[in-house]
Amino acid sequence: MVTYYSKEQRQADNERSKMSAAGVNKEKKDFWSRLKDSPSTDEFIKGVWKDNPVFVQVLGMCPTLAVTNTAENALAMGLATAFVLLMSNVLVSLLRNFIPKQVRIASYILIIASFVTIIDYVIQAISVDLHKSLGAFISLIVVNCLILSRAEAFASKNTVGKSILDALGMGVGFVFALLCLGAVREVLGSGTLFSFTVLPDAFQEWVIMILPPGGFFTLAIWLIIFNYRKQRKLAQ
Amino acid sequence: MNESLGNIFINACLVNNFVLAYFLGICPFLGVSGKMETASKMGGAVTFVMLISSMCAYGIHALLVAINAPFLQLISYIVVIASTVQLVEMFVKKMSPTLFRALGIFLPLITTNCAILALALFQTNKGYNFIESLVYAGGAGAGFTLALILIAGLREQLDFADVPKAVKGTALVLLTAGILSLAFMGFSGLGGK
Repeated sequence: MVTYYSKEQRQADNERSKMSAAGVNKEKKDFWSRLKDSPSTDEFIKGVWKDNPVFVQVLGMCPTLAVTNTAENALAMGLATAFVLLMSNVLVSLLRNFIPKQVRIASYILIIASFVTIIDYVIQAISVDLHKSLGAFISLIVVNCLILSRAEAFASKNTVGKSILDALGMGVGFVFALLCLGAVREVLGSGTLFSFTVLPDAFQEWVIMILPPGGFFTLAIWLIIFNYRKQRKLAQ
Repeated sequence: MNESLGNIFINACLVNNFVLAYFLGICPFLGVSGKMETASKMGGAVTFVMLISSMCAYGIHALLVAINAPFLQLISYIVVIASTVQLVEMFVKKMSPTLFRALGIFLPLITTNCAILALALFQTNKGYNFIESLVYAGGAGAGFTLALILIAGLREQLDFADVPKAVKGTALVLLTAGILSLAFMGFSGLGGK
């Protein structure tokens, strides 16, 4: 990926690298700054952090709250959603010139539903227990607004490569958010993380955290933290 | 399955409230719960679509069992729900333009309401017969409307409260919903199970 550098930028970069503490490999820095400036990285990072689907856009709330009572469930749900998101983004982007505008939403939903059926059977084949604990929520990936909104807002207007990057970024962001919620709820609710005990026996579990209200409270607290950070940044 | 119809209704409406216990339909719950009036209209529209799609889902399930194609379940449900919403929209538009204008954008949005697809899936999983399915749909719709109206009432009051800037907006609604959900846990034990 070739990136254009203006003179001032390069000067500023040079000065910064001079000023920064010794030991920073110049070549490495160049690589990182180039990676940081390239548009494809931007496409990826935007989903993970700046436009995080859960914490910033507040999309796809139902699975976010419903299956994050353990970190394991959260991870499985996140990966399943990311897979569907990736595949449907690719297909929608490939077919974007063939789908008539009037029936596009219906076609997207059909594409998404096909992939959800696939992942539903795949999870059942890998682990029946997991399939049981996720329950109907795997099927409900179909109506996850995150996937439809990416198909409509991004994949239907961009090339396949860009759509893949967008889906990867959003997928990673979604998994990250679900893990944040799932880990907090599992540690506080049952004193374990991925079924390994992390808190001493003397810890009294907060049962409320693995029950529905805990989901609302944990998400609210994460949102408050994100809002607070954003406001601090804006104030500066 | 020997649940009485009353039990099914109370279970769907209060004990396992779709919004507060199953987290279904959170998007409209966050989006349109700002005002009491829109909240109650949205609740009515969702209940109506729930009743119709529950009937359709019962028929489809019977058909799919007959032709032995369970893997088509999800796809056919979502297509039927989407077309039902479209049909209802056209019907309302023709029959009562005033109601159509009042509901506005909320009607098409119902398609992506997970509560409706979940209702169709749950009633199939639980093996309800036709009457039981209808009662279940009615209970779920009533529960959805109840939760929406409760939260709208709280939010109208909260507009006047002085909360920290970072908590305003979605976070505040979620905190309120968490407390409501705690309150609804008090209903567990009602309705048999």
